[in-house]
Amino acid sequence: MTPRTDFHKDLTRLQDELLLLGGMVEKAVARAMDALRRRDLDASRQVVREDDIVDLKRFDLEERCIDLIATQQPMAGDLRVIITVLHVAVELERIGDYAEGIAKISLMMGNDPPLKPLIDIPRMAEQSADMLRRSLDAFVNRDIVAATTVCKDDDKIDDLYDQVYRELLTYMLEDPETIRRATYLLWVAHDLERIADRTTNIAERVIFLVTGRLADVSVSRY
Amino acid sequence: MDRREVVLKADRLRVWYGSFLAIKDVDFQAKVGMVTALIGPSGCGKSTLLRSFNRMNDLIPSVKIGGSVEFRGRNIYDSSVDPTELRSRIGMVFQKPNPFPKSIFDNVAFGLRVNGYTGDIYEAVERSLRQAALWEEVKDRLNKSAFALSGGQQQRLCIARALAVEPEVVLMDEPASALDPIATLAIEQLIRELSRVYTIVIVTHNMQQAARVSDETAFLMVDDDRAGYLVEHGDTQQIFTNPKDERTEAYITGRFS
Repeated sequence: MTPRTDFHKDLTRLQDELLLLGGMVEKAVARAMDALRRRDLDASRQVVREDDIVDLKRFDLEERCIDLIATQQPMAGDLRVIITVLHVAVELERIGDYAEGIAKISLMMGNDPPLKPLIDIPRMAEQSADMLRRSLDAFVNRDIVAATTVCKDDDKIDDLYDQVYRELLTYMLEDPETIRRATYLLWVAHDLERIADRTTNIAERVIFLVTGRLADVSVSRY
Repeated sequence: MDRREVVLKADRLRVWYGSFLAIKDVDFQAKVGMVTALIGPSGCGKSTLLRSFNRMNDLIPSVKIGGSVEFRGRNIYDSSVDPTELRSRIGMVFQKPNPFPKSIFDNVAFGLRVNGYTGDIYEAVERSLRQAALWEEVKDRLNKSAFALSGGQQQRLCIARALAVEPEVVLMDEPASALDPIATLAIEQLIRELSRVYTIVIVTHNMQQAARVSDETAFLMVDDDRAGYLVEHGDTQQIFTNPKDERTEAYITGRFS
């Protein structure tokens, strides 16, 4: 028995719950993209509905953090864990909102014929999902090297976003009829770009958790 | 263990020392298997309240009690209640560790012998020392004087002594106020462990300690008439994140005038 066994158990549980939220959000993004690709409106509707669960989980985590701060006077590394969980929970919840956003765009598209086969957008989704996974792994392993890499990888997402933007612009210039459908796709790409950006925020929090330093590791172009 | 079950219940409790009213009309409940903390400024009567739960105040001449205190539904101030028997059901741990000038073993065995315990005393002593998280540190020197222990160890020994007679409730009057920070945290962790078996009421000057160790917190205050009274009693998380009474908020945020 160390002096604060129970408190440290609570801290472990808090981090497990955060990872649970991370898993929920990861799944939401994957399902939103899958529904978009398959044009499955029911699946999109489900993603929209299930975002409520993500929101509740985030509030639950926030409440636990507040209780621990109010009652346990956490110090040093323990305090950084709680502050990190507080921030990361908010970032994850926002990523969940982008997944919901993608699902809503898919619903707006309705049964429109596809403008073009999706190539770069799924690529963006895959890479940002991978960044999210790696940022959470870096959190678990307290790995600042991995966290820094996640931040740097944001450039690749920005490049893909540029590429999608230029391509869609070409469609729109060629045929104004496509503007509506192209804009929808641009919004999806934008949501994915935001997801990657939020992921770098998580990675930056991991660096704070380990080093106590707050800093922007890479500044997104968007 | 149903944690809503009320073990100790004070009803409009008043305590006088001579003509001085120390606490007035306190309604209070301690629930089974919970740690309930009593907090409040100096002189608010929290120790008086605690001591009235096992008739420790009887030992002070000129004490008068009004209202009632029930333990498991029975008024403990009833003339049929034997205070010594009551105190073996409701044990107490004091501010300053107060081991007897005896060996470690005899300290823990003391209450058992007084009560004519018929079981295996050695077994009971080991069990109590284990519960007090002291066994590993003292098992090889049970016959050494209790005074050879550090302050934190002495306090855990006193807790073991209180537990030996298998009380249902343990009252703690600032059990860590004479200890260093690490020994304090160790006592706090011990209190958390003990609450799995015992009902605990703890008085503490240190409200952060109350926040850390308790499930419920009761806040007492005192006005110009110097009689302490209860302001608010609730879940510890609620008291420390969102108290209902603005006087509680003022006290815990250090805005007390």
